[in-house]
This record gives sequence, structure tokens and C-alpha cells, in this order.
Amino acid sequence: MEVGQMQRQWVDYTKSLFLEGFLDGQFLQLQQLQDESNPDFVVEVVSLFFEDSEKLLNDLTRALEQPTVDFKRVDAHVHQFKGSSSSIGAQRVKNACIAFRNFCEEKNTEGCVRCVQQVKHEYYLVKSKLETLFALEQQIMAAGGSIPMLELNF
Amino acid sequence: MHLSNGMGSMSTASSSGTWKSGDVVSDQFPAGLRVLVVDDDPTCLMILERMLRTCLYEVTKCNRAESALSLLRENKNGYDIVISDVHMPDMDGFKLLEQVGLEMDLPVIMMSADDGKSVVMKGVTHGACDYLIKPVRIEALKNIWQHVVRKKKNERKDVEQSGSVEEGDRQQKPSEDADYSSSANEGSWKNSKRRKDEEEETDERDDSSTLKKPRVVWSVELHQQFVGAVNQLGIDKAVPKKILELMNVPGLTRENVASHLQKYRLYLRRLSGVSQHQNNLSNPFMSPQEASFGAMSSLNGLDLQTLAVTGQLPAQSLATLQAAGLGRSTGKSGIPMPLVDQRNLFSFENPKQQHMSSSKPMNLLHGVPTTMEAKQLANLHQSAQTLGAANMQVNAHGVQNSSLLMPVPQSQPRGQILNESSGNHVPRHSSSVGQPIISNGMGNGVLGRNGIVDSGRGVGYNPVHQNSSMLNYPLNNSSQLPGNNFTLGSTPVMSSLASKGAFPEDVTSDIKRSSGFMPSYDMFNELQQPKSNEWDLQNVGLTFDVSQHTHSIHGSLDPSVLVHQGFSSSQRGGQSRNPSIVGKTMFSVGEGSHFGNMQNTGHHLNGRIVDNTVRIKAETVPDATSQTSFFHEQYGQDDLMSALLKQQDGLGPAETEFDFDGYSLDNIPV
Repeated sequence: MEVGQMQRQWVDYTKSLFLEGFLDGQFLQLQQLQDESNPDFVVEVVSLFFEDSEKLLNDLTRALEQPTVDFKRVDAHVHQFKGSSSSIGAQRVKNACIAFRNFCEEKNTEGCVRCVQQVKHEYYLVKSKLETLFALEQQIMAAGGSIPMLELNF
Repeated sequence: MHLSNGMGSMSTASSSGTWKSGDVVSDQFPAGLRVLVVDDDPTCLMILERMLRTCLYEVTKCNRAESALSLLRENKNGYDIVISDVHMPDMDGFKLLEQVGLEMDLPVIMMSADDGKSVVMKGVTHGACDYLIKPVRIEALKNIWQHVVRKKKNERKDVEQSGSVEEGDRQQKPSEDADYSSSANEGSWKNSKRRKDEEEETDERDDSSTLKKPRVVWSVELHQQFVGAVNQLGIDKAVPKKILELMNVPGLTRENVASHLQKYRLYLRRLSGVSQHQNNLSNPFMSPQEASFGAMSSLNGLDLQTLAVTGQLPAQSLATLQAAGLGRSTGKSGIPMPLVDQRNLFSFENPKQQHMSSSKPMNLLHGVPTTMEAKQLANLHQSAQTLGAANMQVNAHGVQNSSLLMPVPQSQPRGQILNESSGNHVPRHSSSVGQPIISNGMGNGVLGRNGIVDSGRGVGYNPVHQNSSMLNYPLNNSSQLPGNNFTLGSTPVMSSLASKGAFPEDVTSDIKRSSGFMPSYDMFNELQQPKSNEWDLQNVGLTFDVSQHTHSIHGSLDPSVLVHQGFSSSQRGGQSRNPSIVGKTMFSVGEGSHFGNMQNTGHHLNGRIVDNTVRIKAETVPDATSQTSFFHEQYGQDDLMSALLKQQDGLGPAETEFDFDGYSLDNIPV
């Protein structure tokens, strides 16, 4: 595939992620922070997010598996996850966290277990999408092209 | 934790760090603004760092609050502004906020994904200069420099603006992203924009470079002085100008004092609000728990003192009572300690009080309802030292003479006191004590409350005990005090006091001296009514303090000191200030030292406690008049109280719970 094509593909794919709600305006902010002096900023941050999230989700799952669920702790984890996912623009993950917190407040274990599943689902979804996007970027770069600037208005 | 310094790819290097000193930096301002960002979330931290670098700021990141604090402490002038997350595992963001505000006086911006009103409100009450909702956008960060400028401007307000040196370059006008307000408030962006515009003008005028005064470091001593001054003036009347005058520190400006006062007030408010919590903001003084505490302590301190003052309550009795009171607290929490501490506190507190004896009302407790931070306590303590000593003596006597002072573990310390001051001294103190006592008495409920406020600053309470002995002397003067039920009458305490010689005279004179004396007395009576509650509270408070008292005297000063202080202050000031005064004073003392210690974790507690204590006092004892060295009185009060209690048949409670009902002054046989 030639560069132009790949670039178009990249643009369409990115747009779809926004339209489908996987990503929001915050992701654009991250992209704006990327420049010649920080060419891999977005990838770096997102990778950091993935790494951190794996740990968080593990902690969350474990906390909910306890005989006596410590909802405060669970809520703290979810709150953190909400913060980090919103910081990179992972909108659906963030929304899932918001819903999750409600169940925590209600101390509804069953609801929380369902929520954690939902959060994980959204997380893995956005993760794979972003990984696809980054792979595409790599290909473009490898082919000598550059990543287009997104002109999305949010 | 990853710390990184230095600007990112941007230029500005030269200006960074020198912003304060002004010259070069100003040109590039706000570029080079030195920001410390604290967040335990690595993703957010990385993003923030990148954003701040994009704004041309010099960024240092931390993922732990403790490391942030050490960074700040190591390099006090190394940062211009701090941005911190609210929820962090090792330390609550608000706590960090407080510490930074107190120690370094830097503007702090809080951030969180939590945009709930209560959390944002918490940020406000803790003194955050702004609150950002995550996810944070770069536009929001572009404006943070305004907080630094504003703060500086306020601090230097008085500094004559010589030459509005045109900074000409304060050009980095905040972008119109002012629209993107960082605060949680929707409409605030408009304000920021307006502010920005205004500030730009003044900023230019403001010579950030040459006129910039070095940041004032509020050391423990300085703060103690500050607190002392505030207490002396009374928290309500404490205006920066007067505080500045009282403090008499060369080089200190009104602005410095004003901003510190603001923080102090916030801190107090927070303490009272936090204690028990959460809803005390509006009613710090009346917080029931606090009140109970306060009552307890005040009961002891106030009633006893009052009694003592009026002479109706033999000093001894008072001491005993106080001791009893304390003992009660002990029951709750181990008052004995406080007793001892109190003594120390007293001595601490009163450098000036020593001379208070007769000559001046004990101002131990300026009655500044400020939180008795440890510092203050320390102050009180010191000042009370002499006084305490005197008291001690008296107490000792009292104690010895009357076995009333039962729970007074202090007896030991008392003995010491005996050695210390001469009889003359004691009497004088007594008188002072007595005086305050009266006032205290009035404020009993209040004082007790104040002193005892939750922190269980037993220590504070101690002084109270001490005073009780002092109070003995007043017993002699019972005649002066109308209807002072407290007169223990029989009291061996009295005799012991009498033996001291001079007492009666001193007392009289002292009593007379203290303007508030009589009035206090009246108040005292009035106070009697609520006693039961107060007493209870007092105990509680005492207990509280005792158990909590971790610090040195500073801490201990709290309840009793508070109580006493309140009295003293009221006396001075004139009536009805007792409760508040007491509280305040106590607080001041504690605060003085406390503040210094604030940084250490323990302080927080103390400060809090003190605060509560103070509050209660203020509320309840409106009439506390003289601010004389209540301190002593407080001591005495406890002792007297115990003594009193002992004397009375019905005063069983001394050993038991401080059930003030039993103690009610009315029951005390005169």
C-alpha cells in the first residue's frame, strides 16, 4: 500500500474512533502535544496507560474477589482508572468507570462485578483499536510518510 | 518517582528559577515558571509534564506527596507553584496542600477527576488557589501563572511600587484560553479572563524583579510571635496592621502578615470543621463534640478558676477539682499526664504571665480562639512557665495541704514548683490565676470546651491544674466574688494558700486588677448552669488531649492551656471573651509551637484539637474578659475543682467521670 493510501486509511480510522466514541477530544490534546521534539509522545503516553491499567484492573478484580469487599478501595481504584482513561481520551472506558462508581457507592458487589467486566471489555476494545492505529502509523513512517494532522472539531 | 527538571525543548532556560529575583525572568514570564506537579497516576503525570513544558514552564514531577514535600523543603525558593492531585495513596492531597501553604506559602492548585461540589469546596477551604478537573487541558495550564503573580502581588501590596517598572514583557499574555477556565466552575473562565486582563496591567506595574521581596519564611518563632499577637488582639480584632505592630519584627510587612493571617484563619476553620467533623465549619465553636470537650476542660478550668478567683473555691479545692476533672479525663484518657504537662505548659506559656501575677491579668489565654496549635501551646507554655511555676507552687501547696487534689498526678510536679517560686511569687500568680479563674469560671463551659476540644489535649489541660493551686489564693478573696459558689470554703487549700502569705492581698489586688474579675465572676455564675455539659466535655477534651498529646508541651497546652488562656484573655480583654479568648489563647500557644511542628504529622492533630477547643470557648464564653494569665488559672481550676469536688460530699465524681452535674457549682458548698 502506498503512503498516501495508508495516510488516508489512518485518517478514516481515527475519525471512526472518535465517531464511535472510543476516543474523545482529550486524545486530540495529546496529539497536539506531539511535535518534532516529541515525536512519539502519544505512543509513549498510551503505552504507559496500558501498563498502568493492567495493574489497576488486576487490583480491581482481586479486590472484588475478596470475601468481604472493601468498597472504598475498589472505588479508589476505579476513580484512578477514571482519571487516567479520561486523560488519554478513552471515553468509553471513562464512562464505564463512572457507572462503576455508582455501584461502589451502593456497595453493590454484584453490580460491581458486572461493572468491572464492562470496564475491562471497553478497555481491551480501545486498546486493540489504538494498537491498530499505532501500527498503521508505524507503517506510514516506515514508508517515509508522516502522520497527517487531524482536523476534527470537537 | 521521576523527577525531571529543566525545560523541555523550549528556550527560557535563563529565566527559569530566577523568576523571583526578577530581573531576567520577568521578560519571559510566565515562561520559566517553576512548577512542581504531584500525582500518583503516571499517565496523568506524564501528560501534565508535557503540557506544562509546552507552556514553557519549568516542570518537576513527583508521584508521591512525601517526596514532593521534601523537595519543597530542600529548596524552599525553588518553586513557584505546586499542582497536586487530590487522591493519592500516601498522603491526602489536601493535607499536602495545607503543609505547603503553611510551610512554604506557595500557591497550590488541586486537581482531580472528581468534580463533586464537596471536594471542590474542600479545596477552597484548605486554601487551594484553584481546582482543575481532570482531564486537564493545556489551556487550563496556560493560565496558572496568574496565581503566582496574584499571590506575590498580595504579599507585596504595601511594598511601594517603586517604579512600575514596565515589565514590558509580561507579554506572555495568557492566551485567550482564559476561556478555558481551570476551575471547576463553569463561569469562572470569565473571571479568569478578567483577572488576567487586570493583572496584566498591574503586573506590568508591579516590578516583579526589583520590588520583589524575598519570600517570608514563617519559622516557628515567627509564627509563635504571630499567634501570640493574634491572641493578644483577639482573633476577631486581629488585623494585620496591629499584628504587625505587636510582632515588631523588622522587615515584616503588613502583607506578609495579612496573607499569613488568612491562611491561619483557614487553618483554624479547617480544624474546627474537621474535628468531629465535617460540619463544624459553620459552627466550630459549638460543635457538640467539641463543646463537650471544651466543656469538660472549661469546666475544670473555668469553674475551678472562677471559683478560685472568687475565693470561694479554695484554691486547693479548685486544684483538686481540676485534678479531678483531669482525673476524669484521665479516666477517659489518662489525664494525669496532662496535669503534669499542664504545668509545663503553664510555665511555657507564661513568660509574660509570670509577671502577670497581680500586675497583669494572666494572658495566658489570650482567648484567641485560634487553634491552639502546638506552637501556641508552646508559647503559652513558655510564658506560663513562670506563672506555672508559681502556680505550681501554689498547687503544690494546695495539693499537699489538701488531699483534694487527688488525681493530680501533678502533685509531683507540684512539688517541683514549690521549690521554684517563692511564696510571693505564687501568690501573685495565684491572684492572676484567680482572676482568670473567674473569668474562666464564666467560661467554664466555654473554656472547658475550648480546652478540651477533641484533641484531648490533655496537656493543655494540665496547665489548668496548675492553676488550681494558684487559685487557692483567690479563695481568700471569696468575698470579692459574689456568689461564688465555688468557694470551697473549708479548704485546706485555702489555708495552704493563706500560708503562702501575701496571697490574700495579692489576690485581692489581683482580683481587683483584673478588670474582668468581677464580671467574670458573674459570668461564672452564669456559666454554672451549663456546667454539667461542660464538665463532661472538658473531661472528654482532656482525655483527648492526653491521649493525643504527642508533642511536647506544645501539645499539652491544649486543653488546659486553652482554658486558661481563654480566661486570661478574657480578663484582659474584658469580659466575655473568655471562652473565645481562652480558646484562642490556648490555641495561640499551641499554635505557636504547633505551627512549627505542623509540618510534622503530629501537629495536625494538635492544631486541630486546639482549634476545636478554642472554638468552643469562644462560643460559650462570651464574656470572658480578661485575658490574663488564665493559664495559671486553668491549672488551678483543675486542681481546685478536684479539691472542690473532694470537699463536697457529692463530689464524688472527681474520680469518676467528670460528670459535671455533680460538680455544678451550685453544689459546691461555699
